Amino acid sequence: MRVVRSFVVAALTALLCLPAGVALGDQAAGEAVRGVIQRLNDAGEQEPVEGVTITVAEAGGAEVGTVTTDAEGAYVLELPGPGDYSAAIDVASLPEGTTLRNPDAATLEFTIRPNQSRPLLFPLGEGAGGGGEGFLGGGIVGQAFGLLVSGIRFGLIIAMCAIGLSLIFGTTGLTNFAHGEIVTFGALAAYFVNVTLGVHLIPAAVIAIVIGAAAGGLLDRALWNPLRRRGTGLIAMLVISIGLSILLRYLYLYQFGGRTRPFAQYAVQRSLFQSVSVTPVDLISIVLSIAVLIGVATVLQQTRIGKAMRAVADNKDLAESSGVDAERVVLFVWVFGAGLAALGGVLLGLAEQVGWLMGFQLLLLMFAGVTLGGLGTAYGALLGSLVIGVFVQLSTLVVPNDLRFAVGLAVLILVLLVRPQGILGQAERVG
Amino acid sequence: MDWLTILQRTFTNAIGQEFIVYGLAAIGLNLHFGYTGLLNFGQVAFVAAGAYGVATVVATFSLPLWLGVLAGIALPLMLAALLGIPTLRLRADYLAIVTIAGSEIVRLVARSPSLRSITNGSYGLSQFGGDFYALNPIPDGRYGIWRITFDANATWYLLVGWTLVALATLLILVLIRSPWGRVLKSIREDEDAPRSLGKNVYVYKLQSLAVGGVIAAFGGIMFAIGSQSVQPDNYGTPLTFFAYCALILGGMARVGGPVIGAAMFWGLLAFTENTLRNAVEAGYIPSGLMDTVQVGQVRFMLVGLGLMLLMIFRPQGVFGDKRELALDAR
Repeated sequence: MRVVRSFVVAALTALLCLPAGVALGDQAAGEAVRGVIQRLNDAGEQEPVEGVTITVAEAGGAEVGTVTTDAEGAYVLELPGPGDYSAAIDVASLPEGTTLRNPDAATLEFTIRPNQSRPLLFPLGEGAGGGGEGFLGGGIVGQAFGLLVSGIRFGLIIAMCAIGLSLIFGTTGLTNFAHGEIVTFGALAAYFVNVTLGVHLIPAAVIAIVIGAAAGGLLDRALWNPLRRRGTGLIAMLVISIGLSILLRYLYLYQFGGRTRPFAQYAVQRSLFQSVSVTPVDLISIVLSIAVLIGVATVLQQTRIGKAMRAVADNKDLAESSGVDAERVVLFVWVFGAGLAALGGVLLGLAEQVGWLMGFQLLLLMFAGVTLGGLGTAYGALLGSLVIGVFVQLSTLVVPNDLRFAVGLAVLILVLLVRPQGILGQAERVG
Repeated sequence: MDWLTILQRTFTNAIGQEFIVYGLAAIGLNLHFGYTGLLNFGQVAFVAAGAYGVATVVATFSLPLWLGVLAGIALPLMLAALLGIPTLRLRADYLAIVTIAGSEIVRLVARSPSLRSITNGSYGLSQFGGDFYALNPIPDGRYGIWRITFDANATWYLLVGWTLVALATLLILVLIRSPWGRVLKSIREDEDAPRSLGKNVYVYKLQSLAVGGVIAAFGGIMFAIGSQSVQPDNYGTPLTFFAYCALILGGMARVGGPVIGAAMFWGLLAFTENTLRNAVEAGYIPSGLMDTVQVGQVRFMLVGLGLMLLMIFRPQGVFGDKRELALDAR
């Protein structure tokens, strides 16, 4: 959800503040934040809002200054230097009847680079879908394109995380509610190596994938394999995975704290296009995800272990009687799936920020993608996740922003109603 | 270490508001999962429906409390139909995913700014329990034994809550001994068996979902009245998981299981939290290892660990019967 929200806020920031930047002229030197506060009047036009108070503080909490918007609704505040800041809009200073479109976004956290004059956006008014078309420079087409790109990126991240979930289900029957925590684990491991140890993000991501994969293997060996061997039922294992998920999630909160934090590199980037918010990181993570997913498909299709994985997922007994060592395949599935989930976590951390709850927030969308594609199939997970990601993002054209996640989940329920086995699943699977 | 205060808080929690709310939610779950075998992971949606039913009717539309309670019963019934009709044909694991998704949809819709005029978005509603406390027949004063005492309003609330828990338990006892209850248990054991005897399994499942949902909704009504506020984020997935913890701890498919389980669960939770907090404040635990904020987090970690260990080593809970478990159905 956060990802999506940050995408949309970023898109709107870029769209709304380009004209504002021109109006204010270039801030030649020094760091600053600026912006224009506007609202829709009764005639449906944008009008500036005067006298709104915005307070900026350093990440540490020390207040930098307070600024009030002028008759044009514009504000500029000089900052002492580059670094992390947060800006809070005083909701009480808004005119009667005007509210923030997203009440949770009354405080924005941002990073300032040297000599950067950064636009900040506090969108006003109820978040009615398409209510803002009038002022969006790119119009509905540009908006749809931006959402499509972010939807594809989001869908690919879901897919990468969900392949493991689907394969684990296919090979062992376990509905793993702790899979979101593997995603978070990957992002946290990358954050630790990247920020705490000071390694560049790219090698840090590789290290995180290795640690994540190892953790997946360890989980199977230490927990799930013994449980399978003593014949624990599938629903019991489902409940155990929920317990594990709670345990890990609060362990992360205990260690990492409740704040979300960015990686050291690539945190802030400029959009490549004027009317549409698409940053280089967006494009790189899309290309990287596609490359990795093609790699996954090749492994599944061409290698011995990949074929064995699909065979066990398809029919465990038949695979075993054909001489496949199912337990070894399951271990490999865990390593493979957890590594992918860790990479997905790193990409998700790039798209939003790293936080203790990020994986859990993604879990239901992963389930939606996997179920849509057909539980237990690798390609179904890929396809279903892409559909969910794009659909969730594009639905904001029609539905209020804050309900798009609910839309994604509603799609899941509707699909199960019409085609309960999912797009690529086999009909016999559902009882 | 102030053991007296710790014990006092433990017992207060074990019989207080949390016990009533989670006890009712767990009694509903017991009917769903323990007796019918429905893996409903969206129980919080029913709790939220009850809470929002009361809160919106009384706070938003300024109508009397009894209408609010009626809405708190009608809403979960509608929810059971909405959630149950598309999903009850699904296999257990699909049902778990879909119900959890359904409960998140309910929470997201309740906190949506588009419904601000009715639910007040993420801020929620407050101050709607006046009518309930106006009915309080108990004269002012403090009631209780030892150090566990409550003022007149809290006593009134607890008496109503305990009565509800007792009535719900009694209802389950009667239902399960009826022919209807026997059909539910046979559905849990093997769906095809009652079907071959001409029973409409789907309708029985829907009825079980509705009855258990309304019981849970009373938990929501008591939650809303007790805390005098509803906030959408209180109705997230953890509430469902905690209700499962209480149910499994007490013992599934036992009439008294969820009640004893909820009391034990909240007692244990309060005991560990207060003991840890005391130990941190007294300096027995170095502040580098844990501060008082982190005590709450450690508490959740222990819940997760406890759920895992319970499920691995004693899935029937403290009072359950291993032969009556729906845990191995796929």
